[in-house]
Amino acid sequence: MSKDNDLYVAPLKKAKGLGSAHTGTHHWMMQKITALAQIPLVIWLIWSIISLQGVSYVEFSAWLGQPINAILMIILVCSVMLHAKLGTQVVVEDYITNEPLKMAKLICHKILFFAMGVAIIFSILKISFGG
Amino acid sequence: MQPVQRPLSPHLQIYKLPLTALMSITHRITGVSLAIGTLLIAAFFIASASGEAHYNFVMSLATSAIGQIILFLWSAALYFHMCNGIRHMFFDTGKLLDKKKAMRSNYYVIAGAIILTAVTWILAR
Repeated sequence: MSKDNDLYVAPLKKAKGLGSAHTGTHHWMMQKITALAQIPLVIWLIWSIISLQGVSYVEFSAWLGQPINAILMIILVCSVMLHAKLGTQVVVEDYITNEPLKMAKLICHKILFFAMGVAIIFSILKISFGG
Repeated sequence: MQPVQRPLSPHLQIYKLPLTALMSITHRITGVSLAIGTLLIAAFFIASASGEAHYNFVMSLATSAIGQIILFLWSAALYFHMCNGIRHMFFDTGKLLDKKKAMRSNYYVIAGAIILTAVTWILAR
């Protein structure tokens, strides 16, 4: 790391990369890992949407029936739900100052994104396996 | 006791946000919007899993004028969030943090988002 960059390195960084809560690094890591995974996956998704424009239900089911498409879609959904949960969690923590409301919102986010992930994955599998 | 008269940091209402700050808040706004958008993705998959009629109905909504506008804004938000997210990974390694580089990379992110959105909609035609 250059001399210039040392300006931004807090002494805390030297403390084994852990903050006072001992868990912050995991949140950050998962946010970045899911973000990295989503770069190729989102490009694949948009390319797929473009090539699937106006297809019938039968053609769409056949496309999702191919293992590679169903698998990539499920991985993308898992990644997006975790990324969205982590991202909106930080927004809630930053802007909601009422503790009970903050806690309620955080719990709702966990449940919402988990439930959405389950619902989408079940739907993908159902379509993929032929309705 | 009299409080010490220290200078106040500028209030948001009277402070003209520099471009880097606007990019930062736009990253949040697009992020939250995309998170809300996942509800529509869930609706699409659940509808499709419910049968052909529901799939056709969702498709008719997506190809309607309002549907196309939403999809356009969706793609622009997604590309902005992606390009700025890539820049955040440089920030995380301590790069691009001085004033000049941060300012210049603002334009790379904006250009990247515009080009990717344009290419997507040209290909989609």
